[in-house]
Amino acid sequence: MTVDSRRRSVLAAGGALMLSSLAAFRSAASAPRVIRVVARKFEFVPGEIHVKRGETVTLQFEAPEVPMGFNLADFKLRTDIVPGKLAALEFRPEKAGSFTFLCDVFCGSGHEDMSGTLIVS
Amino acid sequence: MSPFDRRQFLQLAGVGSAVFVSGLAGAARAADAASMGKVEDFFFVQLSDCHWGFEGAPNPDARGTLPKAIAAVNALTQAPDFVIFTGDLTHTTDDPQERRKRMTEFRQIVSELKVKNVKFVPGEHDAALDQGKAFKEFFGATNYSFEHKGVHFIVLDNVSDPAAQLGDTQLAWLADDLKTQARDARIVVFAHRPLFDLYPQWDWATRDGAKAVALLMPYDHVTVFYGHIHQEHHQMTGHIAHHSAKSLIFALPVAGSQPKRTPVPWDAAQPYRGLGFREIEAQPGQAGYVVTEMPVQKA
Repeated sequence: MTVDSRRRSVLAAGGALMLSSLAAFRSAASAPRVIRVVARKFEFVPGEIHVKRGETVTLQFEAPEVPMGFNLADFKLRTDIVPGKLAALEFRPEKAGSFTFLCDVFCGSGHEDMSGTLIVS
Repeated sequence: MSPFDRRQFLQLAGVGSAVFVSGLAGAARAADAASMGKVEDFFFVQLSDCHWGFEGAPNPDARGTLPKAIAAVNALTQAPDFVIFTGDLTHTTDDPQERRKRMTEFRQIVSELKVKNVKFVPGEHDAALDQGKAFKEFFGATNYSFEHKGVHFIVLDNVSDPAAQLGDTQLAWLADDLKTQARDARIVVFAHRPLFDLYPQWDWATRDGAKAVALLMPYDHVTVFYGHIHQEHHQMTGHIAHHSAKSLIFALPVAGSQPKRTPVPWDAAQPYRGLGFREIEAQPGQAGYVVTEMPVQKA
């Protein structure tokens, strides 16, 4: 192998490495942030969810006790949350403010107090 | 006493405020006169959201309010043709035995009504945790229809499914029931929750309520009376009028007027403010109804 061809190989390998790192970086940068939310009798944990306007996030839910629901009416988002299964909602809020979310599956004596706030800054 | 005289009497006595509520704003169209004429003059009473078993600061007289309302209905100058409770007869409990105890007590209290034609609609507090099992034991079917003096009444159950849905089976039943009715029939629907999206942020909706409204839409004279939101509210979906009733335990705030759906605090200076029941009067030749709101106690 000549000096030039070795140099070309090194450059190509370096370029490939850079591209691969860039791709990984881009992938990490574009992967939605995952926010885990536990729906338990009779609260969401966390009760306040903070996101940035324009940020794509994945809300990932679990309900360890009984079936629950998550309803964020201002964004027309809802899902059932069944014990033993993870539920997920991906969304990108385009409006700032505080928005109430609640459990919309009647889950027991404290059901009507089961709500939280999404804060989009 | 004719219904008109009775209404005038109520207003003069200062015990109620009567309003004419209608999907057609006024007298029936000429084409519907025949159908309208079939209706006999009568009125019924709607009570809602009694939440028997509730205890807390929003109503320090929680065990006294329902008996007072029953006494007020019994004291009406003219007896209604029937009385209907539009859901949340009892306050929810996770204990099935306690639920039945509350239903037993509730049934005992309402047995004091002089009017013996009493009908019941389930609310989610009564039915959502056991899919209506205890409610059926005590009060019968959760959805049904009946005729009364020219009006077709339909009771819908949008609470026994904890997800607040009517469900395909009940929607099919509704479709079949409506097939028996002429397009110009007078139809009244009772439900606990609103059939439209009043304020989903506070769970004031029925997930598949729009399907029921779509089935009702071809009929000219449909009015819906419901509860759930613990206050008067009047809204149209097309030509269909929806009227919610006050509660008999505590009032709730106007939709979205505060961050949380917490009860309006009890006002010792004006006890029972925001609570009450209503008379609903059907008249021949009128597509709408005269609704008279009545307090738990006279001022």
